[in-house]
Amino acid sequence: MIDAINTALRRLPTWVLYLLGSLYPVWLLYLGMTGGLGADPVKALEHELGERALQLLILGLAVTPLRRFVGVNLIRFRRALGVLTFTYVALHLLVWLLLDVQIVSQILADIAKRPYITIGMAGFVLMVPLALTSNDASVKRLGRKWKRLHLLTYPAAFLGGLHYVMLAKGFQIEPLIYLTVIVVLLALRLFGFVVRSFVALRV
Amino acid sequence: GLAGFGGLPGPARAETLEPNSWEDVTNYCNYYEFGTGKGDPAQYAGQLTTAPWSVKIDGMVERPGDYDFQQILGEMTLEERIYRFRCVEAWSMVVPWTGFELADLLALAGVKSEAKYVAFETLYRPSEMPGTAYRVLDWPYREGLRLDEAMHPLTLMATGIFGKDLPNQNGAPLRLVVPWKYGFKSIKSIVRITLTDKEPQTSWNMANAREYGFYSNVNPEVSHPRWSQASERRLGGGLFASRQDTLMFNGYGDEVASLYEGMDLAKFF
Repeated sequence: MIDAINTALRRLPTWVLYLLGSLYPVWLLYLGMTGGLGADPVKALEHELGERALQLLILGLAVTPLRRFVGVNLIRFRRALGVLTFTYVALHLLVWLLLDVQIVSQILADIAKRPYITIGMAGFVLMVPLALTSNDASVKRLGRKWKRLHLLTYPAAFLGGLHYVMLAKGFQIEPLIYLTVIVVLLALRLFGFVVRSFVALRV
Repeated sequence: GLAGFGGLPGPARAETLEPNSWEDVTNYCNYYEFGTGKGDPAQYAGQLTTAPWSVKIDGMVERPGDYDFQQILGEMTLEERIYRFRCVEAWSMVVPWTGFELADLLALAGVKSEAKYVAFETLYRPSEMPGTAYRVLDWPYREGLRLDEAMHPLTLMATGIFGKDLPNQNGAPLRLVVPWKYGFKSIKSIVRITLTDKEPQTSWNMANAREYGFYSNVNPEVSHPRWSQASERRLGGGLFASRQDTLMFNGYGDEVASLYEGMDLAKFF
């Protein structure tokens, strides 16, 4: 079963992911311009992009545990998942800036004064160097440093989940589920790291 | 009170406002008893039984009791009021309501002189309200007004929109509409009205007192801790519509500012 999945995955070119991932925001924009996103297309677009970004982020974080604990190998798609996550976060931010808040002074005030926006922005800023170095040349040039740099994924992921929890009105379950999944995926890495260090010490 | 609709001064007059579409008003709702998504109420509120319906009016009134909704309708004169509706989430619509003044309903029960506040409760019926499976708020939903706010001629008990009965997702069969306050004050599907001499507990204030005050008057100068209230997205303009400046008391300052004379509105937000 797992072998069959892995075989099928090996046949799937990564460009398919990039293509579908880029078509989806275009489709959303089309829906928004033709009344397909309801009464408040700005919020619908903003929230949809944000939530999809979190889903892509979770999928990206799940690549390693899926391989280690389940045996499903998605490693070939990890860069595409990361780049698409960044793209969706950037589009989410653009919709907020240009279509939602619109007013520059208010945007700056929001970033400074509203903790959930400050945290969301911080998450985005952490992702910028990751997106800029998601190419073969950077991997080669940075060598060991590349891996260290890309540990920034972890705090960025946590900030993304926290951003969603902080913007909910009342006690809502869905944002908490996202944050929990992210925290569990991060904890798995910490757990793996502790086990490896322990084993290394024993040896 | 003012003689019906024609007596209302400038900003409350109908002809200056272009209502949103029926689709917008009935498909974009906050009614957390049916779910927290804007489309959830339209999707799930159909199963709500709204007839028979009665409203318990109790507390400091001359004639407490259960008032049958049809009986109430028989006693009231319905009129149309086209109001701006400003959500605390910084979006707004224009809604053509049908209803009667809350003051008239309160007169039916006879308000005692010691009463200072009015408390309201929404129906809490888990079997028909899937959203109440989660404690998003401390059910039943509660709201309240100071008595002078409740008696104000702009304060409406709505029974319809666009000349039709209220759809369930909009708070059938009977809801409050206080056009100068954030939308969550305009409590839906009312089953109880209590006259009291103490400021009543209100759901959003109980959930987060820092973010939602008892008064919750629309005020562009007092921001919500998580977002500015200086401007709003007026729905219906599509994806590329410009934000609009939010008006003090949602544009009803001429009528209601005097209710708050001498009060620090940043403190009593």
